[in-house]
Order: sequence, then C-alpha cells, then structure tokens
Amino acid sequence: MIVILAVVVGMLFTGGTYLLLQRTLTRTVLGLALYGHAVNVLLLLAGGRAGAPPLVDGSTTPITDPLTEAMALTSIVITFGIGAFLLALAYRSWTLTGDDTAEDDIEDRRIAQYAHDQYEEELAKLAELQELDALNDLEVEEPS
Amino acid sequence: MNVILPLLIVLPLLGAGLSMAAWRSVRTQQIIGVVVLACCVGFAVLVTIQVAADGPFAVDMGGWRAPMGITLVADLLASMLLTVSLITVLGVFIYAIGQPRADKGAYYFHALYLVLAAGVSAAFLTGDLFNLFVAFEIMLSASYVLITLGGRGEQVRSGMTYIVINLLASTLLVSTIGLIYAATGSVNMADVAVRFAEVPDGMQMALGALLLVTFGIKAAIFPLFFWLPDSYPTAPVAVTAVFAGLLTKIGVYSIIRTQTLLFPDGGGATIVLVAAGLTMVVGVLGAIAQDDMKRILSFHIVSQIGYMLFGLGLYSVSGIAAAVFYVIHHIPVKTVLFLVNGLVETVTGTAALHRLGGLLRRAPFIAAMFLIGGLSLAGIPPFSGFFGKLSLIEAGFEGRAWFITGVSIAVSALTLFSMTKIWAGVFWGEPNEPPPLESARGDGPLRAPALMNLATIGLVAVTIAVAVFAQPLWELSTRASEQLLDSQQNYIDVVLGR
Repeated sequence: MIVILAVVVGMLFTGGTYLLLQRTLTRTVLGLALYGHAVNVLLLLAGGRAGAPPLVDGSTTPITDPLTEAMALTSIVITFGIGAFLLALAYRSWTLTGDDTAEDDIEDRRIAQYAHDQYEEELAKLAELQELDALNDLEVEEPS
Repeated sequence: MNVILPLLIVLPLLGAGLSMAAWRSVRTQQIIGVVVLACCVGFAVLVTIQVAADGPFAVDMGGWRAPMGITLVADLLASMLLTVSLITVLGVFIYAIGQPRADKGAYYFHALYLVLAAGVSAAFLTGDLFNLFVAFEIMLSASYVLITLGGRGEQVRSGMTYIVINLLASTLLVSTIGLIYAATGSVNMADVAVRFAEVPDGMQMALGALLLVTFGIKAAIFPLFFWLPDSYPTAPVAVTAVFAGLLTKIGVYSIIRTQTLLFPDGGGATIVLVAAGLTMVVGVLGAIAQDDMKRILSFHIVSQIGYMLFGLGLYSVSGIAAAVFYVIHHIPVKTVLFLVNGLVETVTGTAALHRLGGLLRRAPFIAAMFLIGGLSLAGIPPFSGFFGKLSLIEAGFEGRAWFITGVSIAVSALTLFSMTKIWAGVFWGEPNEPPPLESARGDGPLRAPALMNLATIGLVAVTIAVAVFAQPLWELSTRASEQLLDSQQNYIDVVLGR
C-alpha cells in the first residue's frame, strides 16, 4: 500500500511540474493544485503504515498518527485559500490583457535588448574595421 | 514575561481584526496600526532585555509541554532580529500613512499590514517546524495581497510570478517537514535536533539540502533568486520597502536556525559558502545592468543576502556573529533606500534614472537621506555597513577563507559603483527626458509630505544608531552566535525544559 501511495505522490509531483512549466496561467494554477494533493498524500505517508484504526476504541491496537492528518488539513486549507486567490488573479490578468499567458518582464526584456543592440553595434564596427584592414592590406600590396 | 511572546503574535492579529471592522475610517485604522505596532516594538525590546539578562526562554502554548505542544522560543538571535524588524515595520507604517494615497484598496492595506507583522513575529519566535511553515504562510498570504494591491497590469503579472514561486517553495517546505517527521517522528525543532543524530548520514544530507533549497528560495540565494528583482519593483512603495527589509531576511534567519540546530558540526558549510559567493557576485552584476532605481536596489537585496550567508558558511563564533550583525544593519538600511526611492517617486513620478537628475539641488533632504543609506550599504565608514563588512572580513581571514573574503571585498566596490550610478543619475546632472509629473518639471525645489520625511529620518536614525552602538551590538551578536553554536544548552534544553 505504501509503495502504491509513494508512486502516486511521485506521479502527482510529475504532473504538477509539467503543468507548472506551461505558459498558460490556468494550467499553472492546476499544477499547483496537483502539488497540493501530492503533499497531502506525502504527509499521510509520513504518519507510518496505513490500515490502523483512526480512533481509539479502548483496545490496545495502535492507531494511525493523528498529527500528520492535522498537518495535511492545515496544508489543504492554505493551498485552497491561495489557489482561490491565484485564480482570481489569473482572471484579473485575463480581463486586463485578454490573454491567459504569463507575460514577460518588460524592463528585463528592454535591458536584454539594449545589451543585444550594443553587441550587434560592436560586431558591425568590428566588421567595418576588418574591411578597412583588408583594404589597407591591398593598398600595401599594390606597389610591390 | 511569558505572556509577552504570544502577545507579539496575537496583538497584531487582533489589530488586523479591529482594522477590518473599522474599514469605514482610514484614520481609525491608522491609529490602531500605530498603537499596536508601537506596543509590539516595546514588547520586543523587553524580550531582548530579558533574554540578554537571563538567557533564552520558551513558552508552551495551552500548557502542553514540548515536544507535544506548540512552543514559542526567544533566544538572542530571534529577539534581536524581531526588535529591529518591528521597528522597521513601524517606521514604514508611519511612512505609508504620510503617503498621498491614490491606490485602490486602501481599506485593506492596514489590516493586511498588521497580519504581515504577526507573521513576521511568529516566524522569529516559533520553535516548531510546522508552525514555521504556518508563520511563513500568514506572512506570505498577506504579502500576496499587498504586492498586487491596486491590481494594475504589471502588478498582476509580477504578482503572479511571486505567488507561484512562493507557493512552490511552501509546497517544498511542507514536503520537507513531512519527510523530517517521517524520519524523526517530531516537528518540534529542539526535539528534531536531538533525534536527527540517529538518522542515517545520507538522509541527514538530503533533508538538510531540502531545507536549504526551500529557505533558499525564500531568501533569494543564487540560483533561486530570479523571482525577486522581477516582482518587488512593481508593488506600492511602502510594501516594497517592508518586503525588501524583512521577507528575505526571515529566509536567512530560517537557514541560520535550521543549519545550526541540525548540523551542529557545520555539515553543509561548504555549500553555503559557495552559494554565498555566487549570490554576492551575481546580485551585484545584475544591479549594474539596470536603469531603474527600484530594480538596482532589488538586485542589491540579492547581493547582500550573500554576505549574510558568507558569515554563516564560515561556521565560527565570529562568522555567525558577523552574519547576525549584518542582518541587523541591513534591515533598516535597505528599507531606508527603498523609502528614499519612494520619496523620489512621490515628487517626480518616476524611478527611471534617465528621466531623473539634479535632485541634489532641488531636493537636498532626499539626497542626504540617500547618501547615508547608500554609503552604509556599500560599507563606507563611519556608517553601519562598514562595521558589518569589517566584522565579516575579519571573520573570513580568521577562518582562512581567503578567496571568498576577496570576493566580498570586490563586491563591496561594485556596490559602491552602483550607488554612485544612482547618485549620478538621480541627484546630479539633468534629466535626459522630463519626469512624468507636471509639478516636477522646471527648476523649483521639490518637497515630499512631512510625515514621509519624518519616517525616513526615523529609520535613518536607526541605522546611525546601529553604527554608534556598534560595540554593544557586536557583543550581543557574539553572544547570540555562541548560543547558536552551543544549541544543546541554549536551545534544546530550554525548549524541552531539562
């Protein structure tokens, strides 16, 4: 049982990572939701073997660890709340841009473009210099 | 004394509730906020005095003894950082009151800000890994809303990045806590530290690495820093200032806390040192390329985090003491720089260097505030950054870490370079393009609202106080560092009540 659950955790994390890497915001949110599920199952697994009764019935049988369940509950509440906020934000982004994709950081692009332009300029200058050099060489060679 | 620790968390939350109830009157909210935060600063000072006199103490919530119940712990590291953080939080709150407000959503600002303060207190004081996660979430949930307050297009864009990254980090943190619980059977930090020795070496390394990565994302260390310079600059000024001063430093605090507790013999020190060096260099190089004041300063947050980790990575009494001192110096200084940026934006409407110029003549007060903050950040004597860097470099030589010490000195020079870049762009010369605000064109003097100036002066006074009282603060930092390195006696026994 533990092995199956461990595989499930792995699959949920894999799926979550795939979705998180997408550019569409709704998929990102769904990816994070999958992560949330993965963590909850992981927390339950951390409590030890499955199958023991959840409540004490007066007998001496070992019960499942209630602490991990409490932690999972806390994490569910937090993921749920922030997931809702993220959805609202994705909706806001959609109403503002009419598009559901993660946008580029404009200032960063601008600086990268500037660096690129400078580089191109340098290259152009270099090419010009080389051309001049080549011409000079020709001129030197001519008299001989 | 024991009741004060929970009060530091409960009081801001209570204030947030009251603020929500008084949503009709912004003035009432402001009064509630100032009173609550001022009380918290007072309490934090009391706690620090108590800890400095009698050593660390712990409080078990609800009477459940540790490691069963929830524990709050105050040692020197936590109480000193808490004090300086709350002073900064209060200063920025006053600054925000003075700000001419055009933002939508002003009703919620004060309540959210107090929730953020509660999260900060909880993160510093908690003695329990899962509660550390909850504290982070309290703080971050408030920060998610604060960073997108106003809902402008670029805020939504960068806010989305910020939230997704932090949620990812939180998910990792819960997973790590789950794994630590599975390995040791406890989430109480002191108890985990005791049982951690019995965990196999490989698993110790894995858990330590997971913790480092998780808190590394929150602290913005290389290579996990990329979200910070993107998301901080778009938020409202007061929000950016308090984030810049505090949030990443709580990540650093968590790294220091967990590494010293779980690896008392300095297991991961080499990795921390390498990360520290790369963080310093990459952060400062990123800053040099920028044209916007806020973005330059945001990259410097990253660079400065490297210095704090450098101290931790040395893993000696003087190294960690230097790191603690550095954090204490850095929180108010970074906040001051962002507040100055806010003043510049208030009077001119922009923070883009090519649209600014000549403010030295037109707003000498703002220039003076920036000069003190900027020189302090670069580590020029007699300002607080000098003492922070000097102690780090001394500790570096003492630990024979020649290379990284050299790197840190070079990075200081580059920091000074980008401070002069801001200085030359904003305060000297003439703007290349006219600033956007109509009132800022021409050649007349520029004045920011008095309360904003007052709050900035207050925090500048704090940074100067750090420099003036460098000797006693350094002694306290050394004691904090000794407590951290002797965690058995000063943390574990205190929490577990032995």
